[in-house]
Amino acid sequence: MQHLSHLLGIEDLTREQIAFILDQAKPFQEFQRYPLKKLATLRGKTVAVAFFEASTRTRISFTTAAARLGADTMALQAEASSLKKGESLIDTVRTLEAMRPDGIVIRHSSSGAPEFVAKRLEIPVLNAGDGAHEHPTQALLDALTIRDRKGKIEDWHVTILGDVLHSRVARSNIHLLSKFGAKITLCGPAMWVPRELEDLAPNVRRTTRTEEALEGADVVLVLRVQTERIHEPALAAEEYILGYQLTAKRLRLARPNALVLHPGPMIRGLEIDSAVADGPQSGVLEQVTNGLAVRMALLYHLIGRAPADAPHPAKDRSNASD
Amino acid sequence: MRVVEKRQLLSAEEIGRTLQRLAHEIIEESSGAKDLALIGIRRRGVTLADRLVKAIRGFSKPDVPMGILDISLYRDDLSTIGAQPSLQGTEIDFPVDNRDLVVVDDVLYTGRTIRAAMNGLFDLGRPRRVRLCVLIDRGHRELPVEATFVGRTVQTSDTEIVEVRLQETDGEERVVLVDRVP
Repeated sequence: MQHLSHLLGIEDLTREQIAFILDQAKPFQEFQRYPLKKLATLRGKTVAVAFFEASTRTRISFTTAAARLGADTMALQAEASSLKKGESLIDTVRTLEAMRPDGIVIRHSSSGAPEFVAKRLEIPVLNAGDGAHEHPTQALLDALTIRDRKGKIEDWHVTILGDVLHSRVARSNIHLLSKFGAKITLCGPAMWVPRELEDLAPNVRRTTRTEEALEGADVVLVLRVQTERIHEPALAAEEYILGYQLTAKRLRLARPNALVLHPGPMIRGLEIDSAVADGPQSGVLEQVTNGLAVRMALLYHLIGRAPADAPHPAKDRSNASD
Repeated sequence: MRVVEKRQLLSAEEIGRTLQRLAHEIIEESSGAKDLALIGIRRRGVTLADRLVKAIRGFSKPDVPMGILDISLYRDDLSTIGAQPSLQGTEIDFPVDNRDLVVVDDVLYTGRTIRAAMNGLFDLGRPRRVRLCVLIDRGHRELPVEATFVGRTVQTSDTEIVEVRLQETDGEERVVLVDRVP
């Protein structure tokens, strides 16, 4: 794929690279409707799926994407891993690498962990979410959903609602959509929409008033309230619901056919009302299916590439940078 | 390595006539064209299938549907090529179950493309019958694959390349035999 050997984040991708990935996801969207969902394209390839942080849907999505392409996966999960025994990140991934996978999907609670790994391994690295930094496949599947439902990605008014500060989904989406000319409004309690976020991309503004944020919005991205990441004195749930829950009434302030997205898992009754989550404007389930398509496209291009007779990792370390 | 044109195999007019003949043969040997559908293999097979469908429309009553097959995901040379081929997607908007399919491609050579196409088709369902139609059969098979409908059979050497050039994809209309010269 156009000089792309890893997928570490959206920020460093060009508009052309993003458009290419989305185009390549299209045949795989079609593929999800096939009666026989099993290709042999990556037969004999192995994808290491290393999740150093709990996740269900992203892990299942990557594992399923690999399986449908015919690749095998080797899984490493935080709870069962040697991390608990104090092994360093690099020792853990080198151990995985010594089992000769053809690529590694990594999720880690530290921002920059996938890049750290990519610099030290010979195989393609796909970021499945790192700290509050990026979650590139989520932004790509969101963009695909926007393109399908609204006909194009360019120039929409996008409102991102909730805990923007701790959200890698928000960061990746801001990077991606602003490359396509979006005007982005970030909205949430003041502590979750700090001024620095405006510097992420051009045309980003902030507000703490949901009604103001929703007015004229074409796309509303509702974020999960990530209780496990909150370090400030917590905001009472009732207060959050009152001020920031996306209700049917509030959604009427947006454009009539505004698209509602949520990365999941959704907490109904907290950040989003059931009537909206299940309503005709919701793209939530398409997001899940599109996630498979995007991840299949990425695995096809990154893992499927012919290896350049890579030396065994244990033998040739002469070029290692560390 | 230089590529030189050795001779012309088909002129524009001959391509036209050959396709007309193939269209008639397909209908004649499809007992009323019931359940018949054409599947063009990207890229030039699509152009040829499209032309065959139009030709059939000229003399046969039932409209024959056409689908497009992208075989990139079914190739067997993944570990030998560099970057992955870009996908353009399969577009078959009818169920292939119990269909009488004719797969269309420009050149039949090793047979590997057709092997890939069959895998692709069977992921979509279970056709009643699958036949193959090619404009040129140049020999050198590496798999047990034969075409039912052949425009022209040509003797070639291993270093030669048959280039089917069509107006829609190449801006000219002829089939040429070229050779690689060191």
